[in-house]
Amino acid sequence: MFYDAGKIFTGLAIFLVGATFPFWYAMAAGKTAYKPEPVFPTSTSQCVESTEQMIAGHMEILDDWRNEVVRRSDREPIEINGTAYPKSLSRGCGNCHADQTQFCDRCHEYAGVSPYCWECHVEGD
Amino acid sequence: MATPKPDQMEYYKHDDMWAVDFLPPSTGWMETPVNFRPGSFIYPGKPKHLEYLGIPNPREWEVTADDWKLPDNWREIVLKTLRNRLERSRTLQVFMDVCVRCGACADKCHFFIGGGDPKNMPVLRAELLRSVYRGEFTTAGRLLGNLVGARKLTIDVIKEWFSYFFQCTECRRCSVYCPYGIDTAELTMLGRELLLELGITVNWIIEPVSNCYRTGNHLGILPHGLKDTLEFFAEDIEEITGIAIEPPINKKGAEILFVTPSGDFLADPGTFTCMGYMMLFHELGLDYTWSTYASEGGNFGLFTSAEMMKRLNAKIYAEAKRLGVKWILGGECGHMWRVLHQYMDTMNGPADFLEVPRSPVTGTVFENARSTKMVHITEFTADLIQHGKLKFDPSRNDKLRVTFHDSCNPARGMGLFEEPRQIIKSVCNNFFEMPENTIREQTFCCGGGAGLGTDENMEMRLRGGLPRGNAVKYVQDKFDVNTLACVCAIDRATLQTVCDYWAPGVEVTGVHEMLANALVMKGEQKRTLNLRMEPIGDDE
Amino acid sequence: MNALYSLIAVLVLVAVAILGVQALGLQLFFGGILPYFAFAVFLAGVVFRIQRWARAPVPFRIPTTCGQQYSLPWIKSSYLDNPHTTTGVIGRMLLEILFFRSLFRNTRAGVEPGLKRVVYSPSLWMWIAALAFHWGMAILLFRHLRFFLEPVPQVVSAVIWADGFFQVGVPVFYITTFAFLLGLFYLLLRRLFIPQIRYISLPNDFFPLFLLLGIGTTGFLMRHVVKTDVVGIKEMMQGLVGFHPLVSEGVHYLFYTHIFLVCVLLVYIPFSKIMHMGGVFLSPTRNLANNNRMKRHVNPWNYPVKVHTYPEYEDHFRNKMKEAGIPVEKD
Repeated sequence: MFYDAGKIFTGLAIFLVGATFPFWYAMAAGKTAYKPEPVFPTSTSQCVESTEQMIAGHMEILDDWRNEVVRRSDREPIEINGTAYPKSLSRGCGNCHADQTQFCDRCHEYAGVSPYCWECHVEGD
Repeated sequence: MATPKPDQMEYYKHDDMWAVDFLPPSTGWMETPVNFRPGSFIYPGKPKHLEYLGIPNPREWEVTADDWKLPDNWREIVLKTLRNRLERSRTLQVFMDVCVRCGACADKCHFFIGGGDPKNMPVLRAELLRSVYRGEFTTAGRLLGNLVGARKLTIDVIKEWFSYFFQCTECRRCSVYCPYGIDTAELTMLGRELLLELGITVNWIIEPVSNCYRTGNHLGILPHGLKDTLEFFAEDIEEITGIAIEPPINKKGAEILFVTPSGDFLADPGTFTCMGYMMLFHELGLDYTWSTYASEGGNFGLFTSAEMMKRLNAKIYAEAKRLGVKWILGGECGHMWRVLHQYMDTMNGPADFLEVPRSPVTGTVFENARSTKMVHITEFTADLIQHGKLKFDPSRNDKLRVTFHDSCNPARGMGLFEEPRQIIKSVCNNFFEMPENTIREQTFCCGGGAGLGTDENMEMRLRGGLPRGNAVKYVQDKFDVNTLACVCAIDRATLQTVCDYWAPGVEVTGVHEMLANALVMKGEQKRTLNLRMEPIGDDE
Repeated sequence: MNALYSLIAVLVLVAVAILGVQALGLQLFFGGILPYFAFAVFLAGVVFRIQRWARAPVPFRIPTTCGQQYSLPWIKSSYLDNPHTTTGVIGRMLLEILFFRSLFRNTRAGVEPGLKRVVYSPSLWMWIAALAFHWGMAILLFRHLRFFLEPVPQVVSAVIWADGFFQVGVPVFYITTFAFLLGLFYLLLRRLFIPQIRYISLPNDFFPLFLLLGIGTTGFLMRHVVKTDVVGIKEMMQGLVGFHPLVSEGVHYLFYTHIFLVCVLLVYIPFSKIMHMGGVFLSPTRNLANNNRMKRHVNPWNYPVKVHTYPEYEDHFRNKMKEAGIPVEKD
């Protein structure tokens, strides 16, 4: 025997649907097995840091570069194993990772991240 | 001069009363035993009253004694009752389960502000019960005990309950501030109900209950006594106004049954308010009647148990039906209106034998009372005033500099704010509000509500009365206020003491006493005396 | 003492997660199995608690009225603080649930013995902290949907964008992170340092605070200090919602700590005061209209009681009544 069953169980149903929403969404979208596959450059397998560090911390490196170049006019390229990398998103990273949509966006979209890099840097600039 | 006793206000020095220590003791609250000192508790209910009402375990006992003479299975009785009350009330379950102990209620209680005892913080008062609920009824409580604030029911817990559930006036001020609306009044009622099953209650409550059951009113006034009283009032009224009034009693076929708290029959200044009603009704030529059977609007059953409240309240509808009236009018009272507004229709309704109340003078239909069929006297009178049906000479109240005390129950259990103010502003020229944190829904209790207004309890009454008394003092200093108007019989009985102690020189009055003094009646002689037989003007 | 017990309990939980992952390699257990269990207990527990409340009736209609009643036409009634209609009640409940109306009333009573007066002043820090904490948590939870939903819906992206509007730091700091943590921190401080509040606080008042602080701190560290593979985390969350749990290599142990504390919280909620999230909807002093005298409230267990009837009363007092000339039913 329940009292105010209509109101209480409607509320409870709304709560349950809300709490389990990701499961329903996954069922409907059917994309839970999807994994983003950024296209890596074929010309080289070498970046400024290890792959692991690039995955987790690339945004910090880019941020440091920006501060050095824009705020301190320090445009001295990074030199690793004799290769010089300009501190630039378009002219440094872009040399190897030429296509933003094939590389950067794949993971960013997946993780729901929208960095504001491209608010200033037009692709291919 | 004799040394004052703990039941006299002179016993308490102002400096001591102000030196409130708000720091909690070093021992946790579960380890701090209760301290029954004279002046802070009320004497036990006498066995004859318990017997008469059929309450279990009537006996002589002492609050300060070790042995409270409880039945052997007391623990079982309390737990069984508690389980039963929880099962039949979602209200209580939610109030047990959802408190987060944020402490917003802590300094909202007049007893805490005036006394500093941490167990008078509403949250802790409720925890006294909750801890037992957790310890006896919840798995977490049984397993983890103290870690989740759970404990077992012991005799000391029973004593603690007695102390603190009779240090709560069920005023609901804490409930205004609680983010979940937890109403300590409900929990106090539950606590008192549990204690009643063991025959634990106070005489100041149970004697009026017993009287009311037998004679129809708390004071035990017998039918002929009530008639004498009203006739005596009529004589005074005639002396003052020159108008003879004959109060109708138990009159069948009257249009309106009038019910007011019996305090108004016996003790000043309530008696003056009662005279005020009589004069107003006479002036209107109202077809109404008093009842000797339902001669009590107040209901100390509310302070006893839900069942007792219903047993006493039943007389009002029964009498309305017997007399064949159309609707019921209720006088100025606080907890009476909590019962009438929030409980009566549910408990003893439906009142389908009555008509939707309609003022015979103005024709106004009281839509807000269309189910319960009972109207508050200030609603009725404010309507008369709005329609210009009454003539006043407010200058007769010129000696009064008035402030208004919102009584707890009409304030927070009803929302009766503007009706009495409309009357007051029409019948006197000097009206001043107390600070806003002490009026309307934030109003403070007189300190003697819910059956605690006896001199035995003087220390707690004065402490609990501090916030109200101090607010009165504020307007007394600032605006020379000398009159505290109210719409509550318990206020009229207890606030005078509070004023005498915290704001000496201020007198308590009922709204309809002021009204009657200002009321210009047809055929009246020139008024020289007010209802208190004091001269109205300055001459003499 | 109570605070210390709770702090130790949370620290032990943190240690359990770190040891479990780092020493025992229980990534799949913490990241792929326990969350199902915790979520199931959470849902079942909440349903159980709510249905138990639903089994008991509300015997009386007892709204706490915080404004003028509806009575006479020329007196303006307080539509939200003393509602007499269902719309008014919905308004009152929305104000209560979304904006903590009652807490907004909070005052502090200051007793000044020297001046012999009591002074009341508004006291809104708790209201501000509670709003910051609850709203912070609500929005922050919503933001977390980016890990659970693929593709990420526009509205989630929009909230994330708005929350990081100030574009401070890389990755950007969210406003709600600070609202949540600072709000929580204030609520903890007042429990620790206000003597009366400390006196009423139980271990189970401190425990959820420390637990939430632990969850917030591990989240904060993951995002802003150690950084970890967000894509790997999302793959794991997708595994969870798609019922094929997996472990992404290279995800920091802080993530497992974070999710373990969340699991503990989920299991804890139904058995604790956190059920106020459901209870607040059911409080009869707030969710009922003050139309008591207009519409009869029915109490299903209203039982007949023994009353002193009029005939009994008259039998008792008939002679006295007759002598006094008061009308009687029977001569």
